Amino acid sequence: MRAAVVVFPGVNCEHDVVHALRSLGGDADLVWHKETNLSGFDGVVLPGGFAHGDALRTGAIARFSPVMSEVGRLADEGAPVLGICNGWQVLCETGLLPGAHIANRDLSFICRFVEVEVIDTNSVLTRQARPGQVLRIPLNSYEGNWVDPSGEARVVLRYVEDPNGSQDRAAAICNERGNVVGVMPHPERAFDELLGSSDGQVLLEGFLHSLVPA
Amino acid sequence: MTTATEVVHRRLGMTDDEYRSVVAILGRDPRPAELAMYSVMWSEHCSYKSSRSLLGRFPTEAPWVVVGPGENAGVVDLGDGWLAAIRIESHNHPSFVEPYQGAATGVGGILRDVFTMGARPVALWDQIRFGPLDQPKNRYLFKGVVAGIAGYGNAVGVPTVGGEIELDDCYSGNPLVNVMCLGIMRRDQLVLGTAGEPGAVAILLGNATGRDGIGGASVLASASFDESSGEKRPAVQVGDPFAEKKLIEACLELYDRGLVVGVQDLGAAGLSCAISEPAGRAGVGIDVDLDAVHTRETGMTAPELLMSESQERMMAFVSPEMVADVLAVASKWEIDSAVVGTVRAGGTLTIRHGGDIVAEVPAASLADDAPRYDRPAARPLGLDDLQSRSFDGSDLDVAATLCDLLADPAIGSSGWVHEQYDHMLFLNTVVGPGADGNLLRIKGTEKALAVSTDGNGRLCALDPRIGSARLVYEAALNVAVVGARPLALVDNLNFGNPEKPEVMWQLAESIAGISEACEALGIPVVGGNVSLYNETDGVDINPTPVVGILGLSDPMPTNPPRLGRARAGMEVWEIGPVATGNLDGSTVQRLHGELGGAPTPPDPGMARRIVDIAAALAHTAPVLHDISDGGLAVALAEICIVSGVGATVESEHPFSEDPHRLLAVVPPGTLSADPVTRRIGAMGGDDLVVNAASVALDHCADLWHGALSRALAG
Amino acid sequence: MKVTVTIDRRPEIADPEGTTVRRALHDLGFGEVTAVRMDRVIHLEVEGEDAAGVRARVEDMCRQVLANPVLEDFEVEVTA
Repeated sequence: MRAAVVVFPGVNCEHDVVHALRSLGGDADLVWHKETNLSGFDGVVLPGGFAHGDALRTGAIARFSPVMSEVGRLADEGAPVLGICNGWQVLCETGLLPGAHIANRDLSFICRFVEVEVIDTNSVLTRQARPGQVLRIPLNSYEGNWVDPSGEARVVLRYVEDPNGSQDRAAAICNERGNVVGVMPHPERAFDELLGSSDGQVLLEGFLHSLVPA
Repeated sequence: MTTATEVVHRRLGMTDDEYRSVVAILGRDPRPAELAMYSVMWSEHCSYKSSRSLLGRFPTEAPWVVVGPGENAGVVDLGDGWLAAIRIESHNHPSFVEPYQGAATGVGGILRDVFTMGARPVALWDQIRFGPLDQPKNRYLFKGVVAGIAGYGNAVGVPTVGGEIELDDCYSGNPLVNVMCLGIMRRDQLVLGTAGEPGAVAILLGNATGRDGIGGASVLASASFDESSGEKRPAVQVGDPFAEKKLIEACLELYDRGLVVGVQDLGAAGLSCAISEPAGRAGVGIDVDLDAVHTRETGMTAPELLMSESQERMMAFVSPEMVADVLAVASKWEIDSAVVGTVRAGGTLTIRHGGDIVAEVPAASLADDAPRYDRPAARPLGLDDLQSRSFDGSDLDVAATLCDLLADPAIGSSGWVHEQYDHMLFLNTVVGPGADGNLLRIKGTEKALAVSTDGNGRLCALDPRIGSARLVYEAALNVAVVGARPLALVDNLNFGNPEKPEVMWQLAESIAGISEACEALGIPVVGGNVSLYNETDGVDINPTPVVGILGLSDPMPTNPPRLGRARAGMEVWEIGPVATGNLDGSTVQRLHGELGGAPTPPDPGMARRIVDIAAALAHTAPVLHDISDGGLAVALAEICIVSGVGATVESEHPFSEDPHRLLAVVPPGTLSADPVTRRIGAMGGDDLVVNAASVALDHCADLWHGALSRALAG
Repeated sequence: MKVTVTIDRRPEIADPEGTTVRRALHDLGFGEVTAVRMDRVIHLEVEGEDAAGVRARVEDMCRQVLANPVLEDFEVEVTA
């Protein structure tokens, strides 16, 4: 059961995500964005960073990378597809998740721990957590403000206090099936009490448990 | 007889004597492109001609120094095959012109200095100085600089994990923006800036070359200098963090696969430096074809190509059989590349453009033959008087003074700044911004690296030697309180106009003070930067050396001391010499008096003893906090605010900033009294009580948390 | 009156975003694009009857805050 961690030029969290998944006993490998065959993988993570320098709009160029058609295929097949931060933005631009992201309400980059509440455990990210559980996870973003005129998304994690204006205080959303999830705070950065919190483990455990050999 | 090029050399900032030196080296008048190269390589910023003779004073050797001053970054051995690269740089004048881009390109430049050595950059620090924030212009500069550091650092994907802020009138026309970078590598990844052997190929990687940082072409375009030709303003350099990120990954891949012989980054003096320094180091020459350089402007002349400071460029020197692979790596990472030269035996740079030879110069002369000036130095005439004006703080109201200090934007929380910097990326930041020393783990080992950066212009204005020495001792103590032993120092010397004897005296004294402290603690200086001419309308900045110390903690404390670990019932101890009550140069003097007096001199023997005590205690004490700006009262207040619990202490001199002192907060029974260890009180309650003067903790927290953001709101 | 302000990066200043977008267009098959500059348009509605007066005021706004003269040039068009 292997997870592909996709590397677009400009992402920077890929090593952190691999480190976190492997620390949970998972099998994860970096995959270059030009790859056209993900048949050896059972799930995908689009990690955080600044794909293509956020040129034009965040995620706007990454959605055209060759690997994204494979990501779409895996999503259609019900495999877990997780977009973290910039990764969520790419999933929105691709149409695999509804809505889009704009600048944080206060127009500055936010780097601090936030508390998120588990709203819905019917997703690959939250299936191991308990409803109502409060998790302490780092938020590190400038365009973390999610807007969704369609109202189609299911919110799975909600900020306890609104940090950035995100609609519905959504910190993570998923598609109807629950296999495609976008999360703005970084679960991989909450893996070690030494660094401030290990609450992210339960979220990535959910993702790993969702990897079923195709 | 004055020739046209001789007039031109003055426009390029060269003196007549410097011009004559070039003539002597070449045996003839220089061609325009040659003059261009000498003018940039021999500029103050590149050649350090006013300071080089003084910099030789620094102690630079230790068994763990792998690369000392002279390469792009200093490199030290961490043991077990691990190396760290470290460098500090300034981007002061550009940040006054355009604060966002000046700061952003400063970050870009320092990153390149580190990854050109083979190391992945893993952390950044910023040391920023502005005039008082009640002036709109200073607020504009402050916000622009922080936005630039955030914008570039976050997008390039390197965490900014700490820094410092100083506010003083003298920086109003001369903001100081210093940036420090740390990189980590395995020993076999070390790469030097060498051109290699004859036959090696020079490949220019990265962004296209434009007219960034240079004046109009008219200065050098022709033999007849026409004053009416309308010189253009130099194009301000714009940072491209996305290009830099791709460059980092491409270079690391080149190193990993052993595809390069040497690498040099293009910084100040651009292409001129990137070809001459590697050639000089290797004792070789290079044939260069400027037509091959990829450009974003048309019609660039040879001098422009050689002087351009376009950003995000690196020069790789590659064996011929590796060239195709190197170009493939560049292509994969969507980086432009160009084969621009071939290394030759002999020591001559032969540069062609448009089919003609435009320069033939001895490579080594550009770096090695730069003039060295022993400018006159003289103690400032007013200094005795200044040092006699000691500050009497005996009638200060303790509670009111503490509140004034906590509300001061340079003392209050720096959260407004550091929450804009991603300081968590890479999962190494164990002790992040807001602490005395930052601690970064090396995953897979028990090692951690500690870094502290420190500067204090006011203290150094009163006594540059004592002030500068005290910075070293403070930085060493700041890494000790997170469990590290100091390993190496880098310095950024920000001073005024070196043509003034007082400034040269300050520089010499500062270098002496830093050197004495380094020798006392056994810390080698592995690199540094000098920024001169920080003056406006004839008024110089305070002498402002900034030091950065890298320390090694091995093994790392499993639960390092943190400001937030104090609990009710714990005891508060003061460690170090007894406070003298001297407030000269202190923050209290800044708020309630005029700069004057004589700062407390450091005590090297005491410093060593306290550093050792702190480094050992860091493995068990919940809280260790250096006593510096604002004295013991502020240090204690910070512990109380972050921990959320009050304290009651007695302290004879709560605001003095004497060196070698720290607070420890520990469970009862941990420490026992001795000549340098004294219990002064306990944690508990909802108030901070110093000598029976009480301030509610909530009030302290409000003042401290909001100080900087209130000041920036104007 | 309606005023359109175009803020253009000065041509000699690097435009990293423009370069990235040009490359993306090429990757998508639009190789005929030789240059991309990312500039900004600001639409203002301004009280006033006199076009010349409004133009002068908006030019002041540009010089003072809307444009950064170190990096940018501006053009003001009063449209209605």
